[in-house]
Amino acid sequence: MALMESAASSPRTIRRDPERRLIAGVCAGIGRYFGIDPLWVRVAFVAASAAGGFGIVVYLIGWVLMPAEEGVEPAPRRWSGRASIEVGAGAGLLLLSLLLVLRAVGIWFSDAIVWPLVLVCAGAALLWRQSMSDGAAAPPHATRHPPPRDSERARISRTGLGIALVIAAGIVFLQATGALSAARNVVLAVLVVAVGLSVIFAPLTARLVRSLSAERAERIRSQERAEMAAHLHDSVLQTLALMQKRADDPREVAALARRQERELRSWLSRGTTTPDERTLATALEAAADEIEREHGVPIDVVAVGDAPLDAAGEAAVAAAREAMLNASKFAGGSPVDVYAESRDGRLEIFVRDRGPGFDSSAIPDDRRGVRDSIVGRMKRNGGRAVIRTPEGGGTEVEIVVGGEEQ
Amino acid sequence: MRIAIVDDHQLFRSGVRAELEGLVEIVGDADGVDSAERLILDNSPDVVLLDVHMPDGGGVEVIRRVAPERPGTRFLALSVSDDAEDVIAVIRAGARGYVTKTISGDELADAIRRVHGGDAVFSPRLAGFVLDAFAGAPPAPADAELDQLTPREREVLQHIARGYMYKEIAHRLDISAKTVEAHVSAVLRKLQLSSRHELSRWAAERHLLDADS
Repeated sequence: MALMESAASSPRTIRRDPERRLIAGVCAGIGRYFGIDPLWVRVAFVAASAAGGFGIVVYLIGWVLMPAEEGVEPAPRRWSGRASIEVGAGAGLLLLSLLLVLRAVGIWFSDAIVWPLVLVCAGAALLWRQSMSDGAAAPPHATRHPPPRDSERARISRTGLGIALVIAAGIVFLQATGALSAARNVVLAVLVVAVGLSVIFAPLTARLVRSLSAERAERIRSQERAEMAAHLHDSVLQTLALMQKRADDPREVAALARRQERELRSWLSRGTTTPDERTLATALEAAADEIEREHGVPIDVVAVGDAPLDAAGEAAVAAAREAMLNASKFAGGSPVDVYAESRDGRLEIFVRDRGPGFDSSAIPDDRRGVRDSIVGRMKRNGGRAVIRTPEGGGTEVEIVVGGEEQ
Repeated sequence: MRIAIVDDHQLFRSGVRAELEGLVEIVGDADGVDSAERLILDNSPDVVLLDVHMPDGGGVEVIRRVAPERPGTRFLALSVSDDAEDVIAVIRAGARGYVTKTISGDELADAIRRVHGGDAVFSPRLAGFVLDAFAGAPPAPADAELDQLTPREREVLQHIARGYMYKEIAHRLDISAKTVEAHVSAVLRKLQLSSRHELSRWAAERHLLDADS
């Protein structure tokens, strides 16, 4: 337990130690200053409190005068849940002892106020404690002492107990002063008025609650609308403006439109995939997007059975990228079809164009390197790549990794 | 051959009209589900170019309303949507094909002719969707014949997705163009009749799986 740990260093001045507090850290601070276990200090204080309330007074003075240790996070209150009942009882008893002290000293008004005051004090302490623990979120370091999870019912019943205590105090007070019978009529009158008012205002309240939640929903909607408007403004409107400026260059306009379309599609499907995760489809789309941007040749990607990428998959995508680049450069601007399928650990990518075709016997020297980066790369990564000129013209690059190929 | 265009975008309708002018006879266009219903019932076009996304239910709703009245009318879905779920829904409602709006005028006219002739028209993207939809083992008891693609059908679809024309596929697989058409029509039939419940939900599920992995 943290209370039992000895102080790490002996401080020069006497300070409260909120880190190991039970109430305000007075005892813990004293214990640390003198290098003794705060438990003994606490025992001494309790004993002194029992003996005429002296301890309580000293504790309060200490609380006021001793500065708190700086730079430490107050420990989370160790009491909650059932403990808040103990806090209530404790507060009541503390007040009782204080009253007894005052009575012994001779400052006194009437015995009739003792029980009501004690009950009010206990109830108030319980309610405050409850509302504080409801309001304050658990601090991050509270994991050391995970706060007991209060069930809703337990919380409500404790709040109810606090209210009952306060009401009981009122009743006892009225009883003691003989005003109860008079008060009964008043209570009855108040009750009747309250019931009447609640009947009158119930529809109004219900409507208010409904309109509040409707307003909240509307606010969320308008936030979404604002986000969408901002996005459209940044992307679509900008592109449209750009397209109007470049209206005399149809190639450029088409490229701008394609890029915007791609961007908008990925934005629309954004909710369903995490952006930082690289899958076959997203990687191919990204490569296609990049090449399309540079060369203005439309590239259509169809991916089936999307899958996360491993090293071999990355190599396949890189090879496919080279193939797309080739097709964009040498296929005379004809559209490029990219088809990728991932099934049972086997990954196939086809890059197809409808250009003049590809005569492998007449590869110019500057394309040999490119060919290396497709065929060679796949060989190095345990796959294969085939470049062929299919019936109907054009070029098709087939890239395969995994499956029975290995 | 008489066709109708249903799309809620005026600009797109006039664009398609201009592209198809002289290639086919356009009997009219409509900008919504209600007007499309009237247009089709009044004119009985052979082929309806149908936008997937429209207010009040889109292409699915149009097919649902007029298909029983005009069994001779064929539908070709046309959309910018990449949402597989929506596209598959229109196909399952009865459309005989799906092409994206970026298709050229000649290709579109060709697709219309093929749909009119009773064939199915699969764009590369739709072929990809279908392959995805039929991926994995079929649900245990259901009609196995309907719930699974044959290896040949799968091969044909893969070639479509790779950007091959039907004629080229026939050449590559050493079968007749008619056989390719038959395979595609068989896939269309499976797509429309299969009880694979994934077909309508698979897109969402796939996204969930992606997010998990």
